[in-house]
Amino acid sequence: MRHIISLLMENEAGALSRVAGLFSARGYNIESLTVAPTEDPTLSRMTLVTTGSEDIVEQITKQLNKLVDVVKLADITDGEHIERELMLIKVVANTAEQREEVKRMTDIFRGRVIDVKDANFTIEITGDGTKLDAFIEAMQQSDIIETVRSGATGIARGSKCLHI
Amino acid sequence: MELSGAEIVVQFLKDEGVEHVFGYPGGAVLHIYDAIFRQDDVKHILVRHEQGATHAADGYARATGKPGVALVTSGPGATNAITGIATAYLDSIPLVVLTGQVPRAFIGSDAFQEVDAVGISRPCVKHNFLVKDVRDLALTLKKAFYVASTGRPGPVVVDIPKDTTDPGVKIPYEYPKEISMRSYNPTVKGHPGQIKRALDLIVGARRPMLYTGGGVILSNASEALTEFTKTLGYPITNTLMGLGAYPGMDKQFVGMLGMHGTYEANMAMHECDVLVAIGARFDDRVTGDVKQFCPNAKIIHIDIDPSSISKNVRVDIPIVGDIKAVLSDMLKELKGVKKNIDSKALESWWKQIDKWRGTDCLRYDRNSALIKPQFVIEKLCEVTGGDAFVTSDVGQHQMFAAQFYQFNKPRRWINSGGLGTMGFGMPAALGVQVAYPDAPVACITGESSIQMCIQELGTALQYTLPIKLINLNNSYMGMVRQWQEFFYDKRYSQSHMEVQPDFVKLAEAYGHIGMQITKPEDVEGALKEAFAMKDRLVFLDFVTDEKENVYPMIAAGKGQHEMHMAPEWELI
Repeated sequence: MRHIISLLMENEAGALSRVAGLFSARGYNIESLTVAPTEDPTLSRMTLVTTGSEDIVEQITKQLNKLVDVVKLADITDGEHIERELMLIKVVANTAEQREEVKRMTDIFRGRVIDVKDANFTIEITGDGTKLDAFIEAMQQSDIIETVRSGATGIARGSKCLHI
Repeated sequence: MELSGAEIVVQFLKDEGVEHVFGYPGGAVLHIYDAIFRQDDVKHILVRHEQGATHAADGYARATGKPGVALVTSGPGATNAITGIATAYLDSIPLVVLTGQVPRAFIGSDAFQEVDAVGISRPCVKHNFLVKDVRDLALTLKKAFYVASTGRPGPVVVDIPKDTTDPGVKIPYEYPKEISMRSYNPTVKGHPGQIKRALDLIVGARRPMLYTGGGVILSNASEALTEFTKTLGYPITNTLMGLGAYPGMDKQFVGMLGMHGTYEANMAMHECDVLVAIGARFDDRVTGDVKQFCPNAKIIHIDIDPSSISKNVRVDIPIVGDIKAVLSDMLKELKGVKKNIDSKALESWWKQIDKWRGTDCLRYDRNSALIKPQFVIEKLCEVTGGDAFVTSDVGQHQMFAAQFYQFNKPRRWINSGGLGTMGFGMPAALGVQVAYPDAPVACITGESSIQMCIQELGTALQYTLPIKLINLNNSYMGMVRQWQEFFYDKRYSQSHMEVQPDFVKLAEAYGHIGMQITKPEDVEGALKEAFAMKDRLVFLDFVTDEKENVYPMIAAGKGQHEMHMAPEWELI
């Protein structure tokens, strides 16, 4: 099962390596990991996507909680939640037809063209992972030059929240 | 008070109540050593190798319950300390290791004697810190001691760049008395509902079993455990790390469990219907094949570390909390529900256990013309009245010590259970002797283990640490040899210590007393003579039967009920 684990950590040097080290040392899967400071600059919020049996995910959350720098943690896949990922994708757009097709696809996926050059477009698109996968697939006809994905972030719906 | 960083380190240690620091100087810690030189409150024990510093601090911590402190320089000082740090980590021992670091401006430049000590130690510490500003130094040190000694204890490394200890930079210092960390708040008190559920299960058991580990000792909960066990009248087994938490000579004690545990302990585990695990972590050397582990039992697990719960074996009733606090709460409740114990069922359970006991699984050949290692430990236990501090190295001698020395008090048995570090025994014994200068301290070792940290014989002389080294010399890495005999068709690949030093002369060269004992009838006399020499280290080189194996034994991956006895008494 795929789980999205959100955690608040002390915004200290080396905090990220403690998490990454834990996953490699204990052989846990890690699909993606994003991290940035929160509105409180002393705290970082990290979103981790991992897969494993219930037992393993239970261990993962316990081991993460045990890290001295981790302030709070939630498995947001436990309840209703929103998941978003940002992708920037650069595709070949040489001919008028190509440019038209890329623009059309971008509109369908509610993306935005954020850079236009003679030979290529760069598109910004957000959504959950499957939507981004679908967009990549839809773009296969055009030549993809480069993709960059942020990894998933997420937040619980409603009044549930992760803060201190 | 205005102090330099170096002075802050030493003043802080004094304010924190640290009496002894085990260490070795070097470039990056010279300022700190200069501050040590200029005071008398914090005593420094100069070891001969940084591994010895961490093991000695570790032994000190295990014997006293206070965090052990080691001080080493950057680079090789830090890397040499790693084995000792990992040893403490696996056994949850509170240790604060101060490592020097190159000046901040040089970090990352591959400077002389630079390693990323924080990075290298990260997987084997509870937490670590890099001090980036001298103004953070005192608070960081406070955090280090707090984290090391609370919750599930463990080693903490504080990496201190040389320029943060600059004697030319003085800042105001005040000892931080209080500390709180929003990200670190270990649970102490057990959940009352869980405690009640657990007690109902415990008193309702027909074939109960108490299985307790090192957590009981770390929590200083031996008294509570003993009262709890005696009130219930249930059988109890200790793990290798838990020996001494319950009196080893008591009738309710069925011996150690696990790979080289007693037949009765392992069978009682296998057959019990309620298992109460207290401060134990279901290690693979205890469980054997987890699929066959306690097949009929409901399991209660009390532990301060939530991640220990249901890690290897799923448990039915977890209780997260400090063992002492939880057992005290349980004892209060127990008085009311004790009457529900089915005494008939308990009686027949004890009958069964006594039957298993009757196999006398620790028998060995007492008529041998060669010295049997078991015999030496038995005599050591007799001569010291079962009351010595006993450290050990790793291997057969460690198992014999655990099986045959009857530990009646906590913190008397000091060994590297988790990491299994050969070379641990002697430096650990030195740490114990520093803490308790007048107590008898024995280090049970073997000719192979002892050579891994033999250099600490020098430290022992310098500080008059009169430990007794019990060298069970079978001229083999005994446990390796045993596995090669059993599982590799007697191909003794590289396990024979063909060339050894003359240990008697070696001890003498270091200024100690050496004895070699070759006959069983001389064992007791030699031990008595050695322990009578209160102010001298004595190296007792016992030439033992090289073929002796540790029995009983559960082969790796087998169930607890699949024990092998010594061949001449093979039962199953």
